[in-house]
Amino acid sequence: MRATLSTWSGDRIELSAMVLFLFASIALFGILAPQFLSGGIFRSIAFQLPELGLLTLAMFIPIIAGGLNLAVTFTANICALAAAFFVKSFMMEAGITALPVALLIGMGTGFLIGVATGAMVAYVGAHPILVTLGAMIFLRGLGELLTRGGDISGLPDSFKTLGHESILGVPIPMLVFLLAVAVCLYIMQFTKLGFRIHMVGSNPKAALYSGINVNRVLVWVYGLSGAFAGLAGIIMLARFNSVRIGHGESYLLITILACFLAGANPFGGFGRVLPLAVGLMSLQVIASGMNLMGASQHLATAAWGGFLILVMILRAPFQSKR
Amino acid sequence: MPKMLASPEGVLSALILALCILLSFATDSFLSLQNLFDLLNNQSVNIIFAVGLVVVLIAGGIDISFSVAASVVQYVTVVLLMQLGGGNWALGLLLAGATGIALGLVNALFIHRFRIVSIIVTIGTFNVFFGLLMYLSRGRSLYGIPDWLYDRITILSIPMERGSATLYLPVLAMLVMVAATWFILSKTGLGRQIYGFGSNPDAARRSGISIAWIQAFAYGWLGLCAGIAGLMQAHIVREVVPNALYGRELDILAAVVLGGTVLGGGRGTVLGAVLGVVLLALIQNGLNLLGITPFAFKMIVGAVILIAITASNADRLLPEVLKSRKEA
Amino acid sequence: MAKHALRATGVTQKFGSFTALRNVSFELEEGEVHCLAGENGCGKSTLIKVINGVNIPEPGAQISFHHDPAAARVFPHDAKRHGVHVIWQDLALFPDLSVAENICFDRFVAQPFGGRNQAASRQMAEEVIARIGIRLDPDARLGDLSIAKRQLVAICRVLAANARIIFMDEPTASLTRKETQALLDIVRKLSSEGISIVFVSHRLAEVLDVCSRVTVLKDGSLVGTYPTKGMTQKRLSELMTGMELSEQQRQPKTFTDTVLELRNLSRPGEYEDISFSLHKGEILGITGLMGSGRTELALSLFGMTRPAGGEIVLEGKPVRFASNHEAIDAGIAYVSEDRLNLGLDQTQSIVKNTAATVLDDLAEPTFWLSPSRVRALCDHWIDQLKTKVSNPELPVNSLSGGNQQRIVLAKWLATNPKVLILDAPTVGVDVGAKAGIFRIARDLAEQGMAIILITDEASEVHAHADRVLILREGRIREELSPHDIEEEALEGLINA
Repeated sequence: MRATLSTWSGDRIELSAMVLFLFASIALFGILAPQFLSGGIFRSIAFQLPELGLLTLAMFIPIIAGGLNLAVTFTANICALAAAFFVKSFMMEAGITALPVALLIGMGTGFLIGVATGAMVAYVGAHPILVTLGAMIFLRGLGELLTRGGDISGLPDSFKTLGHESILGVPIPMLVFLLAVAVCLYIMQFTKLGFRIHMVGSNPKAALYSGINVNRVLVWVYGLSGAFAGLAGIIMLARFNSVRIGHGESYLLITILACFLAGANPFGGFGRVLPLAVGLMSLQVIASGMNLMGASQHLATAAWGGFLILVMILRAPFQSKR
Repeated sequence: MPKMLASPEGVLSALILALCILLSFATDSFLSLQNLFDLLNNQSVNIIFAVGLVVVLIAGGIDISFSVAASVVQYVTVVLLMQLGGGNWALGLLLAGATGIALGLVNALFIHRFRIVSIIVTIGTFNVFFGLLMYLSRGRSLYGIPDWLYDRITILSIPMERGSATLYLPVLAMLVMVAATWFILSKTGLGRQIYGFGSNPDAARRSGISIAWIQAFAYGWLGLCAGIAGLMQAHIVREVVPNALYGRELDILAAVVLGGTVLGGGRGTVLGAVLGVVLLALIQNGLNLLGITPFAFKMIVGAVILIAITASNADRLLPEVLKSRKEA
Repeated sequence: MAKHALRATGVTQKFGSFTALRNVSFELEEGEVHCLAGENGCGKSTLIKVINGVNIPEPGAQISFHHDPAAARVFPHDAKRHGVHVIWQDLALFPDLSVAENICFDRFVAQPFGGRNQAASRQMAEEVIARIGIRLDPDARLGDLSIAKRQLVAICRVLAANARIIFMDEPTASLTRKETQALLDIVRKLSSEGISIVFVSHRLAEVLDVCSRVTVLKDGSLVGTYPTKGMTQKRLSELMTGMELSEQQRQPKTFTDTVLELRNLSRPGEYEDISFSLHKGEILGITGLMGSGRTELALSLFGMTRPAGGEIVLEGKPVRFASNHEAIDAGIAYVSEDRLNLGLDQTQSIVKNTAATVLDDLAEPTFWLSPSRVRALCDHWIDQLKTKVSNPELPVNSLSGGNQQRIVLAKWLATNPKVLILDAPTVGVDVGAKAGIFRIARDLAEQGMAIILITDEASEVHAHADRVLILREGRIREELSPHDIEEEALEGLINA
């Protein structure tokens, strides 16, 4: 897979496959359920996708760096909590200015949590699965302690704008997601940091010998991951107008699923943002289509898992045997 | 002896001992037989999961799907038994074990036949198992379970001043599974093959080991453990809730790794896995008895895990980062 | 006439349209130590795989063991019956198991349901260890042992499985001379017990004296089998590559511009009291056995480790590197001895590997890393170093060893270094490609670069260095000019 993926044409194949997958799923549901091709369904997809999508971006960067961040969902909760506490304490009457402040606090909190996690991965040197698993349990506990298991709700109306309004027919959460995809794409493909993340992901020792500060890169990786998770947390806060610890918990393994589905290498170093974004849309199309046909979200979950395995089987012949 | 103390098992034993002494002085109820027996009854299911998972981890794999597999086993077994008119323990164990092994073999099939990395396969099967279970059961719990499963089976009861301290069947099942796993891993050639395969898969392949058989055994054994644990869990809670075990997999993984098992394979012991589960259980139990709010439990457990990770890696900083990554 | 242990004739092996072996013959006597030589990709491994039954040759081959009638192929169980064992270069051992368990591993494979019986394994391991007369703790974890000790464990393992014919793939590649000598002693002992041993290697100087015959393969064909008596390293290289290698020594020259100066540099346990100066345009050879401190010294110069005492003076200014990043910025480049793991990121593309060292320059003045700029850098160096690359976006492991080493050079030359440290630059590089690497090094020196050449091959420093420092146990023991000494004498000094 590495041989194929790392070539230019390999990237194209991966992206084309995902686009094909997206259109195939749209076509399938278009035939099975004629009402599917109405505008309404795409609007609902555009409102639902961003939460999962942002969390997946938060998972994607550590995977490219050869790790995993199991703490993304609870990081999102904690960030939303931090923003909600701050807004409720100081900015109830601030109107629309509360939004950028909440975003800043949410993403900042996420970044700090990520930096702490990244520092543990880098300097303590434990396996990322372990560190982020510990962080996940810790953050969940912190959230439970702060909320006593309940909800924090009753935010200013401006949050409703962020969660439920549209600009030119495109829901604002979707715009935020697309912007985040663009930023992630830029960082991963066109900056020094992104280049280094790929090198550290596939061989940290060789990266170190090339003069790359591996530890600093890892701190950045988890910092960015935390910031994206924080953004996801704010979007969830705006959508539900409340925070509850455990919100979005079930997305955790789905984010990993989406990364692998889009061709990210589980050992790090390889994977692209665009196939990921398209792959996510396909997953959401499947879920919404099934929902329309009366099947539950759970059947869609099962279908996602099945698709992952199917895609990996189809991909297997292209993988070089390592 | 010093070598023994430096091992993860040694450190964990020392920690557990210290914690026990601390708690027996700090609380009245910790050292009571009732409390200890309750702890055992409650942790048996987790320990069965843990010894199954340790086999897969030593063989160099990882499994995320086992706890939802256990839910599937519970549901399938109870539904089938009710259709057969109730059945009995022998039939129940047979059905649960067979279903569990079958689900484990599904993982092994994809991992071995199609060469897909274990974490991808098991995340896939996690979603398939859980999604289908929730869809087909419509998320409804089963309260009507066979009488023999409903009536708790006592294996040891000691009368106390107030009530009695009782050990139930799951403790026995746990002891059997722990002993069997320990025997296979440390006392047979197969066990050495599993360690060898996890340690250097390429070398294992070249020395003529049947990789298919090792994978099938590792995931099948975890499946068996998941099946039995699922049945025991139903026995303890006297109902089948399809999402009751959802999310348990990561807690068990944390406990097992705390016990010295290395992600990437080759290293780990049954004793370490058991001690890992016991330590985390003791901490929760202690916090409970000390009257600390339950909302803080997770945070403290998480902090303990993070501290343990830091402490066990403190002596080997950077080079180890690279090493652990390479092994993964 | 000694009895033959193995006789193979007419062995041909095709993979699709590619012919890996063409009508090759190979003969081995009982108790003989034989050398199988050839460049990478000449068919050595394929021949071994035919003999141990992994590969099925084309019809027409005749292979016989001992007194058995010849057959057209070898079945794996036949190979096993005749005690054919291969110790591959990676040794195929289990780092997490104990020494005794590694030695007895094949028993666990044969009897998965048999008991592990620790006492029996231990005893079996101890017997084998005693048989070859070495010291090894059967209870030690294999992962804690040195490479040399692991090599011995691998030998014990095949002996425990009753080996009669042992193929050893590059057994000395990562051993020091002393360790190599110890290994050769064991080989002599086994040979006297009637066990046949085949060394497979492309670095042969140290094994020639223990072998009685050498078989040379080139491009899948047999060049010939020769007695080693009178065979020289040079003659063998010519047979392997099919070309005459004549290395011109460098012209004696005096250098004036000092670039780098070391004053009493020390790092306890690694190197002591190292002082020398390096000039513009000079190639300074640093040689010594593995473990003499040569690589450790290079790592300190490269900022990977911190010297405990002494001073590094670069272009007149004392420097202290907190990281290798600072060393690179200061103009020091280090071509690692471990190209596979440290020198290159094998799975990443040729472009990425070339650019990894100069990201800051490429991104100037922002964070923006223009793909076309990165690509242009790579194309420039591929052209400059005449590297054979079909597509720079392919992973670097699609290249041959020699071309990979050129990519390593490219990534360091891109940093525009003042001092280039070449640590064992020809390990795993074919004889033919070695000459190309040294041609590049000489050209660079000609253009004024200061080069440190670290190697334990006397011939390399003798031909290519202007000055040679010999390290032993962390100290400089000799400093001499290669013009004043014969290659053999230099070799003697290194091994002293």
